[in-house]
Amino acid sequence: MSAFMMVDNIPVPIHGEENILAVIRKAGIQLPTFCYYSELSVYGACRMCMVEDKRGNIQAACSTPPREGMEIYTNTPRLRKYRKNVLELLLASHCRDCTTCEKSGKCKLQELAHQFGIRDIRFGDGQVEHERDESSVCISRDNAKCILCGDCVRMCEEIQGVGAIDFSGRGARMKVMPAFDEPIASSACVGCGQCAAVCPTGAIVVKNDTQKMWEELSDPHTKCVVQIAPAVRVGISREMGLGEGENAMGKVTAALRRLGFDEVYDTTTGADLTVLEEANELSERLAKGENLPLFTSCCPAWVQFVEKHYPELMHHVSTCRSPMEMFGAVLKEQLKPSTRRIVSVAIMPCTAKKFEVQRDEFKRNGVPDVDYAITTQELISMIRQAGIVFDDLEPESVDMPFGVSTGAGVIFGVTGGVTEAVIRRLSDDKSTTALRAIAFNGVRGMEGVKHTEVEIGGKKVRIAIVSGLNNARPLMDRILEGHKDYDFIEVMACPGGCVSGAGQPFGTKADKARRGEGLYQADRMSPIKRSEENYAVTSLYDGVLKGRVHELLHVEYGK
Amino acid sequence: MNNGVDFAVIDRILDRHGAQASNVIAILQDIQGEYRYLPREIFPYLARKLQMSAAKIYSVATFYENFSLEPKGKYVIKICDGTACHVRKSIPILEKMRETLGLSSQKITTDDMLFTVETVSCLGACGLAPACTVNDKVYPSMTPEKAVELLDELKKEGTAC
Repeated sequence: MSAFMMVDNIPVPIHGEENILAVIRKAGIQLPTFCYYSELSVYGACRMCMVEDKRGNIQAACSTPPREGMEIYTNTPRLRKYRKNVLELLLASHCRDCTTCEKSGKCKLQELAHQFGIRDIRFGDGQVEHERDESSVCISRDNAKCILCGDCVRMCEEIQGVGAIDFSGRGARMKVMPAFDEPIASSACVGCGQCAAVCPTGAIVVKNDTQKMWEELSDPHTKCVVQIAPAVRVGISREMGLGEGENAMGKVTAALRRLGFDEVYDTTTGADLTVLEEANELSERLAKGENLPLFTSCCPAWVQFVEKHYPELMHHVSTCRSPMEMFGAVLKEQLKPSTRRIVSVAIMPCTAKKFEVQRDEFKRNGVPDVDYAITTQELISMIRQAGIVFDDLEPESVDMPFGVSTGAGVIFGVTGGVTEAVIRRLSDDKSTTALRAIAFNGVRGMEGVKHTEVEIGGKKVRIAIVSGLNNARPLMDRILEGHKDYDFIEVMACPGGCVSGAGQPFGTKADKARRGEGLYQADRMSPIKRSEENYAVTSLYDGVLKGRVHELLHVEYGK
Repeated sequence: MNNGVDFAVIDRILDRHGAQASNVIAILQDIQGEYRYLPREIFPYLARKLQMSAAKIYSVATFYENFSLEPKGKYVIKICDGTACHVRKSIPILEKMRETLGLSSQKITTDDMLFTVETVSCLGACGLAPACTVNDKVYPSMTPEKAVELLDELKKEGTAC
C-alpha cells in the first residue's frame, strides 16, 4: 500500500510530492497562492496556502513536505479569516484602480480578493504613488503594485539565469529593482518577459501597443500587412473558448482581416527562409570548422542574452535574421510598389520581439522592416475590443503569394523545432521514414536541455537544444573554457520554446506542452514538410532576394 | 569611471575569501573596510567574479544596515541611541554634533569627507551611556560639550596627516 495523507478527511496518496500543496491540488482543491510555481524554488512568502492540522497548528502548504498519516484541513474558519487578513493587508498599500490597470481581469490579487469576498479594507486608503519604469520596450514596471512575492526575481534568476532584478532594502522599504534602481532597459534584462508572465499583479506587465495599432489600422493612407507566428495559433485557443493547444490559425487569420489588416501572412514563410539560410551557414561553418558551435538566432531574448552576458561568444550566433525579420524585409520589398504607407505587423508570442523590431540593425533608411510586434494577448484584447465573436468566425486561409507553408516552419514555435527543420533540410536521406525518424532522435520534448547527433554528409554533427536561458549558461561556460562539445546549439529563451512566450496567455507547464503538441499536429497535417520544397519561398531567390540575400536575410549585430 | 577603486585590491580580497557567491558578505565587508563604503564600480566586477547577479549583490548590500553605498568620512561617528543612551540624553549630543558640522539626518557626511555622523540602535555598552564610537573606538559618558571637544581633536588629527 502506498503512503497517503488525509486532506479534509479524504485520503490522498503521496507519490513523491515535495510539498503538501501538490498533494492537496491532486485532491482537487485549488489552494490560493501568489508565490508558488512548481518550476521555481519555494519561497513561502505570501501565506495564502496555509493549512491547519488537527491540533490547530497552521503551516504553509508550499513549504511543508508531506508525511504518511498527516491530517490537514484546508478550509477552516481560522484559515478563512487568516487568508482574508492577508489579502486585506496586501491591499492596504496596494493601488486599487483596477479598472484602469493593464492586468485587470488577469490579476491574481484581484481574483483572490473577489474570490474571498473582500468588500472592505480596514487599513489604508489604497492611494499610492506610482513608481513606474517605462525604460524597456518590452515590459513596464510599477513598484506600487508589487506584493513582494518574489516570483519575478526567482523566474529571472533561476529559470532565465539573467538576474536583472532582485529585492533591495528590507522590511517596509523592501522593493524589487535592478542594482542601484537603474532603468530595467540598461540592466542585465534581455526582455524575455517571463517576469511579467508570473507576476500575479500589475507590477510587471508587457508593454501594450494596441492603441498605436488601432491608429495605423484606421489610417486611410496605410496598408497594414500582418504575419502570424507559429506559437500564436496554438497559444490563443483556450482563451478564445477552444481547447488548449488547438490550432486556431484559420480563425486568427479571419479575425485579423476583420480587424482591418489588408494582407495576412504566416511567419512560417520566414521560418522556411531561416531554415534554408541557417542550414547553409551550418554547412559552411562545418566545412571550414569555423565559429562552431553555431548558435541559432531566432530568439531575440537569447541574442540579447549573448550580447549582454557572453559578448565574447557573439561570433557563434548565426548571422541569419529571425524568421520574423527575414519575412519583414521580404514583405517590405515585395510591397514597395504600393501607393500607401506599408505598416508591417507581426503577431508574436513574445515580448522580446518588441525590442527586436526597433533594433537599428533591422532598419533600412531609418524604416524598420517590421513596424510593430503585437503579442497574442494584445491580439486577444483587440479582438474583444472590436466585438468579434471568435466562436462564430469561419476559418480563412492566408494570402498569396505566401499562402504555402510547411511543417518545418510551423514547428519553430516549440523547443527543438528549428533543429528538426534544419535536420530535415540537411539530412541526406530524404525518405518519409527518415523524416519520421528525426522526430524520435531526441529533438522533441519540453526538457530544458536535449542532445542529439545526426550524420550530415558523412559527418557526425553534435547538437544541443536548450530552452530556459539558465540552461544555456553551463554550455556557454564550457565553450569559454575551450571545450568543443557541440556543433550546433539551438536556444530559445522561454522554457519549452515560443509556445511558452511571455506574450501568450498564462499557461501551466502542461498547457504549454499541449500547445507544442498542437504544432506537431499542424506539421503532420501539412502537405509539405521540408522548407526547400516550399516553392513560394524558393522562388523568392529569383525574385526580390536576387543578389540581396545578405542584405535582406542576414544581420550583423552591433553594426 | 573608476573613483580610485583598485581592482588589484579587490582581487586580493577575493583570493583571501575564495571567489564564491557564498562568501559575498565577508567580501563586501572587507571591501568596505578598504574604502569605508561599497563603490558602485565593484558591483559588476564582483558579479562576474562571483558568478552572481549585480542585482543580488545589491540586494545583500542594501539588506544590511552596516553596508554603505555612499562614501563616508574619514571619521565615522556612531552615536548610540539605544534605550539606555537615549534616556541618558544621547539626542542632544547628536544634535550638537550635527549643528557643529552642518549635518542633518539626510546629509550625514561633511563635504571635506572628514566626518560621517550616524546613529546606531545599541552599541552594547549601556553601562557607559551615553556612548559613541569613532571608527570603532568607544567614547563613554558623552555630553554635548565633550562631543565638540572630540570633534576639534579629530579635526586637528585629520587635517594634520
